[in-house]
Amino acid sequence: MTATIYIPKDSGALALGADKVAAAVEREIVARGLDAKIVRTGSRGMYWLEPMVEVGTAKGRVAFGPVKAKDVASLFDAGLVDSGKHWLSLGDPEKIPFFARQTRLTFARCGVTDPLSLADYEAHGGLAGLRKALATTPADIVRTVTESGLRGRGGAGFPTGVKWKTVADQTDSRKYIVCNADEGDSATFADRMIMEGDPFVLIEGMAIAGVATGATKGFVYIRSEYPHAIAAMNAAIDVARKAKLLGPAILGSPNAFDMEVRVGAGAYVCGEETSLLNSLEGKRGVVRAKPPLPAIQGLFGKPTVINNVISLASVPVILDRGAAFYKDFGMGRSRGTIPIQIAGNVKHGGLFEAAFGMTLGEIVNKIGGGAATGRPVKAVQVGGPLGAYFPPSLFDTPFDYEAFAARDGLIGHAGIAVFDDSADMLKQARFAMEFCAIESCGKCTPCRIGSTRGVETIDKIGAGVEREKNLALVTDLCNTMKFGSLCALGGFTPYPVMSAINHFPEDFGPRDVATAAE
Amino acid sequence: MTMQQPGAGPEPHDLTARTGAVIEQHSRLEGPLLPILHGLQAEFGFVPRQSLPIVAEALNISQADAHGVASFYHDFRAAPAGRHVLKLCQAEACQSMGSDKVAAMVKQALGIGFGETTKDGSVTLEAVYCLGLCACAPSAMLDGEVIGRIDAEAIEDIVAEVRT
Repeated sequence: MTATIYIPKDSGALALGADKVAAAVEREIVARGLDAKIVRTGSRGMYWLEPMVEVGTAKGRVAFGPVKAKDVASLFDAGLVDSGKHWLSLGDPEKIPFFARQTRLTFARCGVTDPLSLADYEAHGGLAGLRKALATTPADIVRTVTESGLRGRGGAGFPTGVKWKTVADQTDSRKYIVCNADEGDSATFADRMIMEGDPFVLIEGMAIAGVATGATKGFVYIRSEYPHAIAAMNAAIDVARKAKLLGPAILGSPNAFDMEVRVGAGAYVCGEETSLLNSLEGKRGVVRAKPPLPAIQGLFGKPTVINNVISLASVPVILDRGAAFYKDFGMGRSRGTIPIQIAGNVKHGGLFEAAFGMTLGEIVNKIGGGAATGRPVKAVQVGGPLGAYFPPSLFDTPFDYEAFAARDGLIGHAGIAVFDDSADMLKQARFAMEFCAIESCGKCTPCRIGSTRGVETIDKIGAGVEREKNLALVTDLCNTMKFGSLCALGGFTPYPVMSAINHFPEDFGPRDVATAAE
Repeated sequence: MTMQQPGAGPEPHDLTARTGAVIEQHSRLEGPLLPILHGLQAEFGFVPRQSLPIVAEALNISQADAHGVASFYHDFRAAPAGRHVLKLCQAEACQSMGSDKVAAMVKQALGIGFGETTKDGSVTLEAVYCLGLCACAPSAMLDGEVIGRIDAEAIEDIVAEVRT
């Protein structure tokens, strides 16, 4: 029997040398004349173990990692294909505690299957959601999504079903499904992982959205910083078209749906939904005032569902297993699972899909294992560049939209950047303002000018110039930005700035000249 | 992305024909401007100023609009890049792992800052805000290839490669 060796081609694994490992494995297979084949998969999301190589055995898979190209020959010497013992052996990958503690619904296949094999996809439960959707009515699909409690995973947390219903209620003949894959927040990579590791689940989710709302055309707007995700989505769309999963009669039904990939051009603000729509139309990525809502007048003025990748990729499992099954996970008004991305200065960085409700401390310390440097954790930024910095004293905050909001934070796209005690929070606050200044689309004054004034004022605080007066000025500026900006870029930049000031006042006090000059 | 020697701009006639071919390839898309600009950058290594009036004419938009869009997005270059393009992630997750130190070392080794190209045209250095490699920070992208957990040794390798 042909042995199968699974090696990720996820960007994170590639960044750590997965292609070199795959080439070395190929060489060994040929040199040793073995009956074995390599399948390139997505990543399981345990990046401290990447590149993680898995071997299919009669008793299931066994994993080895982190594997370097120079280790490969020794893996074969130890009898890799017979799952022999080796110092890099991890045993059953699904029994690794980081993995075993997860609830993988959206990411069920990621890292397991060949991302471009539709047969693999179906064999692991794929297309069951779309088949059920096609067998019911659009109104029932919308009802199921609404009842599941699914909220926008891009960060805003708006109920997905409500958005869909608004679009379904419009009578226009042309409607669009737009997938926001402009995942620009630092510490987030869930969209990238699913597009590279299980692109069909996004295609299936978008097709279901199309059937539910009467839209026949979809766009996936992917940031240009993700070349591998772009390639994977394009390849998967080709496969889906050939298999008639996309086209004038999806899976033989009377429903038409097709989609294409569009590539961003390095503008962070295009992650904001109305800027993204302008960008898709070929305009400057400038924010639009709402109303009108995109659900009523969106892309090219037509009713448009615009959802994040993870929102759409969570729809197939909801349709397949039912609203009640999904809703059963979570707490309060945050239902279902959320792929938490643990990143930055952390021992066990990766993607951890779990029901809402774990505390921040559990995630950072128990799951993440604390700082990679072994030093104490000083702060974590949750929700990307627009998210608040939380100190360990707030680690009892449960991972839930409302609980974070109650503590002047946000979960955003669920990325967590961990910082050890060497972090300088004044520098982080300054960066938040600087980033806003670089990325502002320029349409509204609080964001465009406020961010530049913010950088200047924080620099004065750092230099010890009228510290109290300038701290009051930054606070005032943050208030203006928060309440006067058109979108979340200017409106949320105050979160990292004010949280840094409020939770780490010592970093904004008198400091020695050497540090201040940095 | 194809790269070009700095200063080696295309001939005017050649530019018109090549711009026209890129437009033709994308003109039937809904909202074709960004795909066309990406196409031009792939074709020329940058978006030539002289291409924009041709694009504006073809899409029936003003030259000001075409220029406005091309200049809005960080990706579109107004001039050719070096033979290699090195992007260093400077976003928060990479900051937590010392991306500022990586940047300082690379800048010193190459003698250029962000947004600059070495005099010999070998490499353009850019800051990028997130490559989605946040669990293997600090990260970089060299000519489209991703690199994670950059340390002093990796910097040496990168610098050696871009000097070729």
